[in-house]
Amino acid sequence: MADASRGADIPAGADSGGVLSAYTRLLVAQIRSQTQYRLSFLADVVSTCLMSLLDIVAVLVLFRVTPALGGFSGRQVLVMAAMALLAFSLSDLLVGNVERLRFYIRTGLFDVVLLRPLSALGQLLVIDFAPRRTGRVVQALVILAVALFLVDIDWSVARVAILVVTPLAGSLIFASIFVAGATVAFWWVESGELANAFTYGGRDFTTYPVSVYSGWFRRLFAYGLGFAFVAYYPALFLLDVPDPLGAPIWLGWGTPVVALLAMTVAACVWRTGVRHYRSTGS
Amino acid sequence: MAYRGPALPQYGFLKVPEGQSRRAVAIIEAEELRKEFVVWRKVGRLRRQRQVVSAVDGVSLRVEQGETLGYLGPNGAGKSTTLKMFTGVLAPSSGRLRVCGLEPVSRRVQLTRQIGVVFGQRSQLWWDLPLRDSFALLRHVFRIPQAEHAARLAQCRELLGLDEFLDTPVRQLSLGQRMRGELTAALLHGPRVLFLDEPTIGLDVVSKQAVRAFLTQLRDQGEVTVVLTTHDLADIERLCRRLVIIDHGRVVHDGSLEALHARYGSRRRVVVDLDAPWEQVPGLSGAVVEAVEAEGHRVTFSLAEGVTAGHVITQLAGYAALRDISIVEPDIEEVIARLYAASDDARSVASG
Repeated sequence: MADASRGADIPAGADSGGVLSAYTRLLVAQIRSQTQYRLSFLADVVSTCLMSLLDIVAVLVLFRVTPALGGFSGRQVLVMAAMALLAFSLSDLLVGNVERLRFYIRTGLFDVVLLRPLSALGQLLVIDFAPRRTGRVVQALVILAVALFLVDIDWSVARVAILVVTPLAGSLIFASIFVAGATVAFWWVESGELANAFTYGGRDFTTYPVSVYSGWFRRLFAYGLGFAFVAYYPALFLLDVPDPLGAPIWLGWGTPVVALLAMTVAACVWRTGVRHYRSTGS
Repeated sequence: MAYRGPALPQYGFLKVPEGQSRRAVAIIEAEELRKEFVVWRKVGRLRRQRQVVSAVDGVSLRVEQGETLGYLGPNGAGKSTTLKMFTGVLAPSSGRLRVCGLEPVSRRVQLTRQIGVVFGQRSQLWWDLPLRDSFALLRHVFRIPQAEHAARLAQCRELLGLDEFLDTPVRQLSLGQRMRGELTAALLHGPRVLFLDEPTIGLDVVSKQAVRAFLTQLRDQGEVTVVLTTHDLADIERLCRRLVIIDHGRVVHDGSLEALHARYGSRRRVVVDLDAPWEQVPGLSGAVVEAVEAEGHRVTFSLAEGVTAGHVITQLAGYAALRDISIVEPDIEEVIARLYAASDDARSVASG
């Protein structure tokens, strides 16, 4: 009987293994119920693979017709594009499904999420986790390996470190934008594809060097939203090429800082959003 | 289909630390609770006008441990909104609120361990998994010690007869079966208070009775505080000693069912069938004739307050031959309808 009251007030963080296992179980349950519909699951996997293949073909075609872009050779651009793709596919795998928030808000199912003793955002990421997106991460890795093989890099500890850190930090920048964009639905349920302009738009933006863009568009996406730090500046550092726009080379290390900033902003937006949740009638 | 496994330690549904007083522990304290929504009204083709609507307009309430509270009101009165504020789903616009001593929105995660919730329209079960798996998942989500979980589940299996559909995927359950599953899911972590939003809506008679019997039992154990909203007045009559009626976001009655009847002058009635047609009885005290039917053979009297049926029947028996007598309790639906109408009148007077 002594431990009958144990569950009553577990101090936060005292049993983090327990929390982790709660998320793992939710994840397993999600995968199990997804595989219940085996045929549709298979169809999903096949179509995702096909779509990604088309993406690669598009990139290859582009580099056949344009030998240089924004002052960079095709091979150098491929490094940037691959780093950006890796960052994006990582964040898409881990938090891309946060866009389903709209559905949970519209149906009022977000109520149920709030009634469990787990982080609301954490649950959202887990209950709609789509394992089929792992394929895109693998593809991005392969493209990056090929691109690195095609260019000359003077490898050093610093360059290896930036190669490892950048895709992780870059994916956090994308993740922040995914979360902040999805949060708009708390105020405006019919926000539709608005958030995609910044997430998928960001992916496309980071595929090419910042120097090909100009004016307010460059200022907003490259510096305002921090997309220049996803792949452009780190790639300059990696390739040891000066920025045609004159930015210092050490900016390549800025990605984790920008990621931290982006995450802070996203967390604030998320918190405010949850407080504005209106639920639905009855 | 009772549980036939090995004997289990008896855990109640509650987990108040031993030694803590059970007397007058406030479970819910709400003061001047308000929730306002901004609504954009269409004015003309493109213009929209901002309008603030108060769904809950200054509700003050104190609920103590072990109470069973019925929360009643017409559609759109603010019942669900209040419940969602109590459970930390919605943030109040203003007012002070404590549930189990916690501020619901900022201490949401801690609060979820203390409360159980059944919102009729939103399932907390996993749609594609068997009921049994949902219960197992909840054990991990709420980190319930295994023995406690097993004991509570065994109790619910027995009381709610879950065994026959424990292995069925939730999406294939009937509404009544699912509701029994939801009740179990809400209780597995041993909450101190159970919030039920329309727990019997849409259920067939048998399921309704099963749910009510279960809740009665829960009430009689006196450990879990129950707050339920309903449109079904039979729920209230069976289960709730205390009744809070809300209309247009305000509390219009807070008290027992009897107090409600007393306040709105609902009267008990005596219906008598006579051998000979009814003639006015001179000097009949304590009752007035309300209706005369069947060519004067059936008369309905309404009793004045504090008058017993016996008093009136004795008088009548002296004047006429009575064939049959029945006593009709006041009708709660009628009282509540009158109450809503009164509160509407008050509003139109106030605003006009």
